[in-house]
Amino acid sequence: MKKIVIIGATSSIAEHCARAWNRQTDVHFILVARNIKRLESIVRDLKVRNPRVKVDCCSVDFMDASAIQNLADDIAKEGIINVLLVAHGALPDQNEAVKKIWLIRESIEINAISPVLFAEAFASHMISANSGSIAIIGSVAGDLGRKSNYVYGSAKSLVEHYIQGLRHRFAGTDVDAIIIKPGPTNTPMTAHLNLEGQSLASVKSVAEIVVQGIDQKQSSIYAPRKWAFIMFIIRYLPNWLFNKLDI
Amino acid sequence: MKVSSWGNIENEDHNCVFINSTRPDLSKLDRPILAYGMGRSYGDVCLNPSSTLIRTESLDRYIDFDIESGVLTCESGVLLRDIQKLMIPQGWILPVSPGSQIVTVGGAIANDVHGKNHHVHGTFCDHITNLVIVRTEGDVLSCNRTENSGLFYATIGGLGLTGVIVEATLQLKKVAGPWLETETIPYYSLDDFFQLADMSESEWEYTVSWIDCFSPEGRGVFSRSNHTSKVKNEPNQKNTLVMPFTPPMSLVNKLTLKPFNKLYFFLNSLKKGKRLMFYEDFLYPLDHIQNWNRMYGIKGFYQYQIVVPHKNRKETISKILSEITRSKQGSFLAVLKTFGNKKASGLLSFPIPGVTLALDFPNLGVTTLELFNRLDDIVGSVGGRVYAAKDCRMSKEMFRIGYPLIDEFESFRDPGISSALSRRLLGS
Repeated sequence: MKKIVIIGATSSIAEHCARAWNRQTDVHFILVARNIKRLESIVRDLKVRNPRVKVDCCSVDFMDASAIQNLADDIAKEGIINVLLVAHGALPDQNEAVKKIWLIRESIEINAISPVLFAEAFASHMISANSGSIAIIGSVAGDLGRKSNYVYGSAKSLVEHYIQGLRHRFAGTDVDAIIIKPGPTNTPMTAHLNLEGQSLASVKSVAEIVVQGIDQKQSSIYAPRKWAFIMFIIRYLPNWLFNKLDI
Repeated sequence: MKVSSWGNIENEDHNCVFINSTRPDLSKLDRPILAYGMGRSYGDVCLNPSSTLIRTESLDRYIDFDIESGVLTCESGVLLRDIQKLMIPQGWILPVSPGSQIVTVGGAIANDVHGKNHHVHGTFCDHITNLVIVRTEGDVLSCNRTENSGLFYATIGGLGLTGVIVEATLQLKKVAGPWLETETIPYYSLDDFFQLADMSESEWEYTVSWIDCFSPEGRGVFSRSNHTSKVKNEPNQKNTLVMPFTPPMSLVNKLTLKPFNKLYFFLNSLKKGKRLMFYEDFLYPLDHIQNWNRMYGIKGFYQYQIVVPHKNRKETISKILSEITRSKQGSFLAVLKTFGNKKASGLLSFPIPGVTLALDFPNLGVTTLELFNRLDDIVGSVGGRVYAAKDCRMSKEMFRIGYPLIDEFESFRDPGISSALSRRLLGS
């Protein structure tokens, strides 16, 4: 039975990833959320979709480093973890955040510090077991800073560099570190944005790509895949041209 | 956000609110509100211009399933397609589903949809055993045929006006597998059609026919099928075709219509005979073409669906078809089917015993609307009715003629909910 730990399991992408794994095989999910009550409907859903699935739930303060470490230790004690998916995040309104700078601190805490704490808390357990994958959901916004969302993007960029370091540390072991970079996706997190005219990817299709990428142990997963190409171009634009773009 | 329905006639601004919980707080939203699922309704039943749309696409979780009894409880945004995909391999199927499976459970309830097996299993809501509804004043109400039964009968087929449906319990039907034994029979007159339809009702679960709306005698292609335990080698993953953009003008027009109908009749006549078909290919053929509605161009299209009683049915359908032929409007998407005698239980449910005709019409403005008024006169005069779920143009009078229980229905409405359709047909 494949054991998958999902942090921020109420997030829409995480929920759809769980559904995708649930279709594949017999899975034991350990779902972690801030509010355990919000997991109830997700657990019931997974059980109807696959009556053989095993699901455990727990809650923890996402900013409390020692509580996170204790949780990781407890879960690791129960046996080998195949996948850790760290999926939580919050998309701040860039215009609001530059006016109220405490929103910037909140964004960096929830989008960067908290995911890193979770990954680190599990990393040494995975090295001891010499197996498993740690995947964090970053964002295409982390590839480079843009005026429209650099508060969010810079936090996601920290996560990406953290994963890069982790991957370096894991070299020579059978543990993998994976960064997932979704493009704009149709989720409750993006629902309040005025994204009219932009084509948002469906959360289901993004989750399918993420799960496939994690199963294949790709080190970096763009979802949808076209974003790898788009970001490659944008990253290598000369500054004089990039600075003229309204993106 | 601009939102339109499947017919693309209107494309108006809406304030969209995405809900993710079956106990949403509706009290702080700008009123009136209206729930919106997949937007597959053709007309304005799912639109609420300049006000709030409650988008239910994230309410897509299952709640409970008993594999012994086939009773399924789920949230209202679950797609019929997903239920079929999950349940058919386990030996259960939706007893009733409409011509597209890319619709939500909530939408199927609000329009009390029917399918090709109406003569056997009635409407979608005949198989609903419980509903949970959230009203705008905050009440969460469970309703069924014994508890809050008035609200239940108003909500099934209630056009989304009695509250936001958040959960539903359905009785599924046992099924041998995903394959159907089908038979295709070309017919050359309305007499032939009615004979085939009447003969098939006792032996065949699904019956439907395509009719050439430009043949004065009423020729068409009759299809019927039954579930079977026979298995063909697994279906090839059919590629979905995509209509990638909306052309400036309708691809269905005076030039293309007649030749296309001739070709369609000819090609389908070649398929005459029996064969095994995968359930999706027989029950939901148009779902294989993504965004097929775009072929009608930027002005959009109407679907006109009516039902008329069996008395003088041939004369009535004949009259309707000649009116359409004379107008030189119409399309190759025309469906003729007989309904069974089971009385639909919703106060505003559409089916009555008789024969139903559904046709697409590219939007040509006033000429199309005038044609519909002439057709309404024929339908109204014989005690028939227009399907509100597909409508965006009928008159208040026509609605009253067709649906005598409107006044009873009004007492169950949620005062915080309204739609473009309700403002047009009910005044609020």
